[in-house]
Amino acid sequence: MTGNVKIAIRSLYKIFGHDPQAALEHVRAGVSKTDLLERYGHVLGLHDINVEMRESDITVIMGLSGSGKSTLIRHLNRLIEPTSGEVEVDGEDVLAYGEERLRMLRRESMSMVFQKFALLPHRTVAENAGTTLQVRGVRQRDYLKDAGAWLERVGLGGYENHYPHQLSGGMQQRVGIARALTSNSPIMLMDEAFSALDPLIRTDMQDLLLELQKELHKTIVFITHDLDEALKLADRLVILKDGYIVQQGEPQHILLNPNDPYIEDFVSDINRARVLRVRSIMTPLNSGDLPRDAHGEVDINDTLENTIARSGGDTSHSYIVTRDGTPVGVLEMTNLVKALVPRVATEAGARKY
Amino acid sequence: MATYDFLFDGLGLRDWCDAGKTGDAPLSMADLLAKGGAATDTPWWEFPFPSLDALNEACGRIAQSRDMTKAVEDGFLAIKDVLRFVLDPMTQPLSWILEFALLVFEAAPWWVMFPILMAVVYIATKSVRLIGFVTACIAFLAFIDHYGFAMQTLAIIFVCAFLCVLFGVPIGIAMSRSDRMQRMTIPVLDMLQTLPPFVYLIPLIFLFSVTEPKLYGIAIILYAIVPVIRLTDLGIRLVDRDVIEAADSFGMTDRQKLFGVQIPLALPNIMAGVNQTIMMSLAMVVIASLVSAPGLGVLVLRGIRNLELGVGLISGLGIVLLAIVLDRVTKAALDRVNAARKV
Repeated sequence: MTGNVKIAIRSLYKIFGHDPQAALEHVRAGVSKTDLLERYGHVLGLHDINVEMRESDITVIMGLSGSGKSTLIRHLNRLIEPTSGEVEVDGEDVLAYGEERLRMLRRESMSMVFQKFALLPHRTVAENAGTTLQVRGVRQRDYLKDAGAWLERVGLGGYENHYPHQLSGGMQQRVGIARALTSNSPIMLMDEAFSALDPLIRTDMQDLLLELQKELHKTIVFITHDLDEALKLADRLVILKDGYIVQQGEPQHILLNPNDPYIEDFVSDINRARVLRVRSIMTPLNSGDLPRDAHGEVDINDTLENTIARSGGDTSHSYIVTRDGTPVGVLEMTNLVKALVPRVATEAGARKY
Repeated sequence: MATYDFLFDGLGLRDWCDAGKTGDAPLSMADLLAKGGAATDTPWWEFPFPSLDALNEACGRIAQSRDMTKAVEDGFLAIKDVLRFVLDPMTQPLSWILEFALLVFEAAPWWVMFPILMAVVYIATKSVRLIGFVTACIAFLAFIDHYGFAMQTLAIIFVCAFLCVLFGVPIGIAMSRSDRMQRMTIPVLDMLQTLPPFVYLIPLIFLFSVTEPKLYGIAIILYAIVPVIRLTDLGIRLVDRDVIEAADSFGMTDRQKLFGVQIPLALPNIMAGVNQTIMMSLAMVVIASLVSAPGLGVLVLRGIRNLELGVGLISGLGIVLLAIVLDRVTKAALDRVNAARKV
């Protein structure tokens, strides 16, 4: 899971207004977002963002509307220019790119999936899926072949010659994903890709994405406002609020150790048993001694829900945790039950905003 | 004594005014009439607005309104030769094209023209019913011996509408890409659209020989090009921003974006503009018969001049039929475009 750093964002600021550079000085001097808007008429979009995204990971950026998540993802391919900061892809400074080099990046290294699909209504499904190759000058016969293969892969075989308006929302977004995949780029940017879909179709699409990812190992940056979706997809979770990063890290870790009342609030409604996995709450084995009274073995990536079902609700049980059959830790059911209750925010732990 | 004497007296300009008085300026009819009557005091409610003429009465140095009219005329006549020297060769191809089109439309026998028109309608609309309708309309015009006039009108409209699209679409595209260009173009378009059509025939008559087709060609194009420019600009500006963003994110060049995304998505609006342009050419081609444009307009003009009621009404009906034909065909073509692009 821990590959090289693919995308690095360092001290990124984005300020909207007529004189962002002057406003940046105020922000650096400690003026708050509301003051900046009231006193100087500038909107603070992103404030000192530092994120590293690893190769072959799904990094989910989560926040409510207005938190700056869509602004952030658009900095990666420079659809929006930052006010200050660095964006590096494969160790190269993207902000130093000229027009031609930037176009190369967008064509070959990154592809994007949009909330509102953004398909071309006058082109067939196959032509839409092939757009990413067509812009590079690939001949129609060739890009239609590639596009057809990817459409098949996302479950749209046989729809090549339909027009987008003839498809349902879920199918249109499959075309959007096929279009991004056809470009064969290592990085996929997904901007609220599933937010416009019905809940059931959304689940299907999430499963599709995970299934594709198992095979393709792309570096995916996924934007969402839905915590369930974030926890389901994320290898790494970044939580944004009002343009700040509130917390980032492994999703299980954030769920168990929220460092902010805002996140505490967020995670309190989650079905923790379904989201948390054994690996997050087990006690690692430090020596070779296995407990004798264990009631069986559980896999390290099992959800707590499965484990509870196995124990039949008996909190006195304990289990040996295995990875690929090798014991790696011990799980006490009492710890499991404790983990199910949201941690109450302590005064000391609660940062003030 | 004039009403505004007090003004110039009060400002101490009396000497300056009188020094400028030549006294031999030609009198207007109004002046003559005023001299004939007894000089009565003007009642206070007829106190005149300080217009040029009113001020001129008090001070001979102030120009009269007719001087201004004359200055405009002189100014235009002064630049006329230069303007003509530049514009004449530039617009000469328009004359050739119009002459050629008229020649072709007149020379082609009706049994060749009918299938060609039917084929054009079919290609544009793919509707058999519309072919029947169009054929019936043209056949009716031919039956009442107005076929030749109708074909002349059609020839002029085809040429002018085609040129309007040829120039209008690029101008519209340029407007959509630059706000400055848009700000500069819109007043011109507003003026072209609101000037009464007769008014811009006047300078054209001075510039070009009335016998040349390009005179009415230019008038029609200037009048009819406005909607296609406006709707191209609007259409491109209305293209979904999400789609444009997607195009950017895939690394499309401006050219790829224009031809692959913006124009195709703006096409319904552009087609609506073309429809308007064709209808406006038809309106103008009738008026342009005043400056020797051939076609049904000539008959309408004859009806007005000689009070030949029947001729005027029948040719008017012919124009209505042509208008319906052109409108139906372009609208059907537009619907076909729309149907394929529903979002």
